[in-house]
Amino acid sequence: MTVRTAELLMALMMGAFSIYLMVKSYELPVGWIKGSGPGGGTWPFWLSAIMLISCLGILFNWFRKHGPIASSTRVYIQSHVLMDVAAVAASLIVTVALFSFIGIYGALPLFLIFYLRVLGRHSWLLSGTLSILIPVVIFYFFEITLKIILPKGITEPLFLPLYKMFF
Amino acid sequence: MLETLQLLGSGFLIVFEPLNLALIIGGCALGLFIGAMPGLGSVNGVAILLPLTFLVPPTGAIIFLAAIYYGAMYGGAISSIMLGIPGASTAVATTFDGRPLAKQGLADKALTAAAVASFVGGSISVVLFTFFAPPLAHVALVFGAPEEFALMMLAFATFVGLGGDDIFKTIFSIAIGLVLSAIGFDIISGEPRLVLWDITGFLHGVNFLVLAIGIYGIGEMLWTVEEHALGGGESMLSEATVTVKRTMANLRELVGTWKTLLMGSVLGYFVGILPAAGATPGSLMAYGIAKQISNEPEKFGKGAVEGVCAPESANNAASTGSMLPMLTLGIPGSPTTAILLGGMVIWGLEPGPRLFTDHSEFVWGLIASLYAANLFAVIINLAFIPVFIKILKTPFTILAPIIFVLCLIGGYAPTESMHDVWLMIIFGIVGYLMRKLDYPLAPAVLAIVLGPLAEPALRQSLIISDGEFSIFFTRAYAGPIMIAALILLFLPLLKIIYVRLRGPKAVSG
Repeated sequence: MTVRTAELLMALMMGAFSIYLMVKSYELPVGWIKGSGPGGGTWPFWLSAIMLISCLGILFNWFRKHGPIASSTRVYIQSHVLMDVAAVAASLIVTVALFSFIGIYGALPLFLIFYLRVLGRHSWLLSGTLSILIPVVIFYFFEITLKIILPKGITEPLFLPLYKMFF
Repeated sequence: MLETLQLLGSGFLIVFEPLNLALIIGGCALGLFIGAMPGLGSVNGVAILLPLTFLVPPTGAIIFLAAIYYGAMYGGAISSIMLGIPGASTAVATTFDGRPLAKQGLADKALTAAAVASFVGGSISVVLFTFFAPPLAHVALVFGAPEEFALMMLAFATFVGLGGDDIFKTIFSIAIGLVLSAIGFDIISGEPRLVLWDITGFLHGVNFLVLAIGIYGIGEMLWTVEEHALGGGESMLSEATVTVKRTMANLRELVGTWKTLLMGSVLGYFVGILPAAGATPGSLMAYGIAKQISNEPEKFGKGAVEGVCAPESANNAASTGSMLPMLTLGIPGSPTTAILLGGMVIWGLEPGPRLFTDHSEFVWGLIASLYAANLFAVIINLAFIPVFIKILKTPFTILAPIIFVLCLIGGYAPTESMHDVWLMIIFGIVGYLMRKLDYPLAPAVLAIVLGPLAEPALRQSLIISDGEFSIFFTRAYAGPIMIAALILLFLPLLKIIYVRLRGPKAVSG
């Protein structure tokens, strides 16, 4: 896919999103309500309209091949770059999905091992140490000091004795 | 004048509390580190680390974040000089002469010049700040809703008129940021609004940190992953010899550059006040002017010390400048201050001119902390140059997962909702894809912070005027501000018309 094609797709997608936002804003009154000023939908409705107009402007520039992006025939994401970026993005998505099941303390070590060992090709010693150390630091900082309880999923019962110790 | 000094003195008393002093020193060191890492700048550091500051009171939190902001401005120079890769976009101009100096084996000279220039830029601008801020805040006290809205229009218009990016994409970025901020509940009628796809998670709105960490944390890191895949590994690190004797000689040589330092500081400060301009264009402009006023302009680009001094004094001065509208008017002067402003809202402080009267302890503590941060940053920087050079050797594949983990938790912490973590990931990936198409994203972050302030300002103004938009043009302060905003908004269009009209003449002449 070239940059030019990507530009078209992005503008179309964002244009569609703008229309959706306009429709959604219309659920609330758009326009002047006597005695109470502009309705709740007015502000987002007109801003979404501005978004749509901007997308049309981007499309207009695309058709007349105006500007470096609209006229570019370069590859949007080269395949070896895509591999790297997609691997990182996918690992993030899997990690977040795992938060709700095996909890943050199950998912983070897995993510760290994957990143350090598989993507970074660091030694098992370094990968292992950091994968244990970082979650421990996070536990102390967020849960003990800041009292922000992070999602634990099925590992919740394992933490009850720890909570008893600190609180 | 005397009152200002008294208030500044009370600010210093806050700064010298042990906790705050520790936060400044820690923030400076952390900021230096963040700034020195290629790809990470002050905005990334402040966005990712803001959730950590829930631990301390607001004054401590902003002091810490401001110290990071300051430190990062110093640190950006380190990788510009040692690696030839700007540590942050604000340090791009520093590579022009810093890199040639390093290649000649004079890396220590460039690093010392950068540190001292940053110090001078920071010091001059913070003094300007101290005496400009109170009068400006005083004038702004009479501002009502129409003036506030006009100011925000001016802030957005600077992105369109001076940002230099694609106009449609800039406007899109501003509008989407404002719409995202409108999600949740209608502030006046209290009805649920824009609950996208009827997902209940949208009922509590889109926290600005979710967008900021998405774009400046996840998106930025994906961008860096790409650059590493393209660059194919480690770059060449220059050698630096640092001895006390050489440093002293370097310092003596810098006395001769005072004109450049002064110019860079003052220019950077005023450019920094503009929301769309800030440290990056400020430092580039300072570099250009330094070259013009120099007696030996041919030396620039080949290792002129002035070429390091000018951009480094300007970018530090700009970072102070960008705090002026943030503290006095409630309008951020840069993406980093936009995030700081959002933080102030979380900490329960209402941004705007009233801040100076209602929370004078907070304001003067922050201002005094800038003096202190500046001093600590230069000391840490000069003393630990060899350490920072070693840090640059940390492989990206160790740093990246740690930053990702901080982002994930940072996205969760403010609202404790998994919905926000997912949203942050989506913002990160979409933001990365948009950035590849040259969509400017800073306006969106500014807009999501200002949105909740802009909408009530607009609606109140229209209620006052019974729906007449003329209210924005007939009032003493709102009028000129709004007209300036409109001029900036239509500046790109005027330029096109000007070129079209001049075009045939220029060809025939």
